[in-house]
Amino acid sequence: MTKLLMIHPDKCTGCRNCSLACVFGHEGQFRPAGTRVHVYTWEREGFSVPMMCQQCEDASCMKVCPTGALHRAKGGEVVAYERDKCIGCRMCTMACPFGNAVYDAASGSVLKCDTCGGSPECVRFCPNGALEFVEDNISTRTRKKSFAGKFKAALKEV
Amino acid sequence: MFGWSGTILRVNLTTGAIRKEATNPADTAKFIGARGLGTKIMVDEVDPKVDPLSPENKLIFAPGPFSGTFAPSGGRYDVVTKGPLTGTIAASNSGGSFGPELKYAGYDLLILEGKAAKPVYLWIKDDLVEIRDASHIWGNLVPETTELLRAETDEEAKVACIGPAGEKGVLFAAIMNDMHRAAGRSGVGAVMGSKNLKAVVVVGMGAVKVADPKGFMAAVEKARAAVKLHPVGGAGLKAYGTDVLVNILNETGALPTRNFQDAHFPTANKVGGESLSEKLLVRPKGCYSCVISCGRVTKVSNPKYMGEGEGPEYEAAWCMGPDCGIDDLEAIVKTNFLCNEYGLDSITLGATIACGMDLFEAGHVTLKDTGGVDMSFGNADSLVELTRLIGNREGIGDKLALGSYRFAEGYGHPEFSMTVKKQEMPAYDPRGVQGIGLEYATSNRGGCHVRGYTIAVEVLGNGAKLDPHVTAEKPFWVKLFQDLTAAIDSTGACLFGTFGMSGEDFASMLTTLTGVSYTLDDYLKAGERIWNLERMFNLKAGFTSADDNLPERLLKCPIKTGPSKGEVSHLADMLPEYYQLRGWDEHGVPTPEKIKELALD
Repeated sequence: MTKLLMIHPDKCTGCRNCSLACVFGHEGQFRPAGTRVHVYTWEREGFSVPMMCQQCEDASCMKVCPTGALHRAKGGEVVAYERDKCIGCRMCTMACPFGNAVYDAASGSVLKCDTCGGSPECVRFCPNGALEFVEDNISTRTRKKSFAGKFKAALKEV
Repeated sequence: MFGWSGTILRVNLTTGAIRKEATNPADTAKFIGARGLGTKIMVDEVDPKVDPLSPENKLIFAPGPFSGTFAPSGGRYDVVTKGPLTGTIAASNSGGSFGPELKYAGYDLLILEGKAAKPVYLWIKDDLVEIRDASHIWGNLVPETTELLRAETDEEAKVACIGPAGEKGVLFAAIMNDMHRAAGRSGVGAVMGSKNLKAVVVVGMGAVKVADPKGFMAAVEKARAAVKLHPVGGAGLKAYGTDVLVNILNETGALPTRNFQDAHFPTANKVGGESLSEKLLVRPKGCYSCVISCGRVTKVSNPKYMGEGEGPEYEAAWCMGPDCGIDDLEAIVKTNFLCNEYGLDSITLGATIACGMDLFEAGHVTLKDTGGVDMSFGNADSLVELTRLIGNREGIGDKLALGSYRFAEGYGHPEFSMTVKKQEMPAYDPRGVQGIGLEYATSNRGGCHVRGYTIAVEVLGNGAKLDPHVTAEKPFWVKLFQDLTAAIDSTGACLFGTFGMSGEDFASMLTTLTGVSYTLDDYLKAGERIWNLERMFNLKAGFTSADDNLPERLLKCPIKTGPSKGEVSHLADMLPEYYQLRGWDEHGVPTPEKIKELALD
């Protein structure tokens, strides 16, 4: 069963443990410029949103990649990236509507989520349940159930 | 180097000289980083008798080895300088993401010297370091300053800045970062203002390297699990913030009320963390690499006190609340917002207003003095108004801006000031909790609870549970906690990690991160070394054992009501034993043997 990364910004506290776990898992050092998970915080409102590759079915990055460096293996769960095939044209970074394909000059490669091979470190390190790695067909269950809880509370009061 | 960046950035604001120096591995091994390494620089380079607001004082921004890693809640930095409120060494630490960014830019310390001729800010992008004009930013509140500076540098830049309070020399001005995080105590913001430095703006693209990645991961996983399982670290602080302590301390009979006239406040619950979560909390917030999320994003919709921002912490809610006889939570939250916007230490702010209210009710300060502001205990509108006056140094606020000691002294009654070494004591009454009184009296930065938080064992039962009303064993715990805290601060870690993590956890993360071996004993010894170094700075600045004292009110006037009724502080019963345990002589001076043992000679 395909799994995907689901974000819950309402639970995010902006701590960036996800970003740090991501880059540490990939590089063994703490270089936020090399992370595949970015968290944006609106400080006045105290609101934060984690962002990472959505592994689109019909991925723009894949379509514009001239060398096949970005591709989906048959039956593959992720849009995969092969460094050796990449010519650094940065077309993917322009095509991704979410800004989730990032060119990293330091490593000369495109950074995008690879779900750590099916066991994402960002999810493991999130202390707040703001990130889930969950089966496709129940990916919205947490959110739906949380909202259903509000109905439950409201109707109980009546 | 691993853990450390290996470079110290030195900027002279008088000459404009910018220098990069190698971090000395012998110093980092002995003093770790942050508070410890910053203090070492102060001791080596600054005359302890220097006027804190003169160009000869230095201002050091100091992250620690943990800063920038995912060591749990390890993203802090210290501001080290000589403090203008106390005249002691000052080390104020703050969370958020500023400290880690300084590490990513490649710097273990940023040392600022001299004084700029006109308002400036420092722009750091990795190797690029520029002193830039800040004339057009000067005068702005903290949130506006932050946004203006991002607009002309990088929209994701991390900003540490002062507000109007620091510019105008309020002696308890804070340095703010990430808009709402404060290096709050001791007046470090006034030092920054005295140098005409409005802000430090940083973007870093580099890395913090790890000596033993597998070992570090294992140590971090163990530490995280310990915090998660702890009822305070893993649940309580996220649910209610530090303000959950209001009811706990009130039930202990140690919630100072009306400028320490009493230690029990009947309507305390109205300003506690439970009420805050129920009424004004938007969501919890975490600092960089935090696993606890005690931060409070709050909002007040009532037009009278409208605003949004963060806080308050327990100590702020206490000093603006019960210590001023106030139980209006919305007014307290608004006052806390103003502290963040103007860049004020919320503890000294509230406690100084409480002292002013005490003097007002005693008739020593009149309506004529206050310019018509009714400074009676319980007046929530006056609390908000006085905070603005202090931030702008207008009217009576100009005098209150000097802190309670100088304010009360100006009216001939310094005994009304609830301070140690001229810094206001926080929210734990030393008559109801004996050990914390010894801690306040001996703290190296004046009245302060986070130099050695004995409340953990005297009230909260974290690790041990002691009777708060007895003095036995307290000197031992005060010394242990002071040493451990000095080590934790110097690592760049948050003290709240101790709600779960042990000393061994900190030592093993530090070892695997840096490749320098620290046993628990080594780690505590480093803390003791840092404590003694701070003490030696203060002694050279002119402090003596006579300054290791508490206000007479706490030694002679018993608590009137509540569970600690009848209690006074028995400081004199504890201090000699404390000196002995420290290896100091009867005058509180480290003996030559102790100095040698700590390799401080």
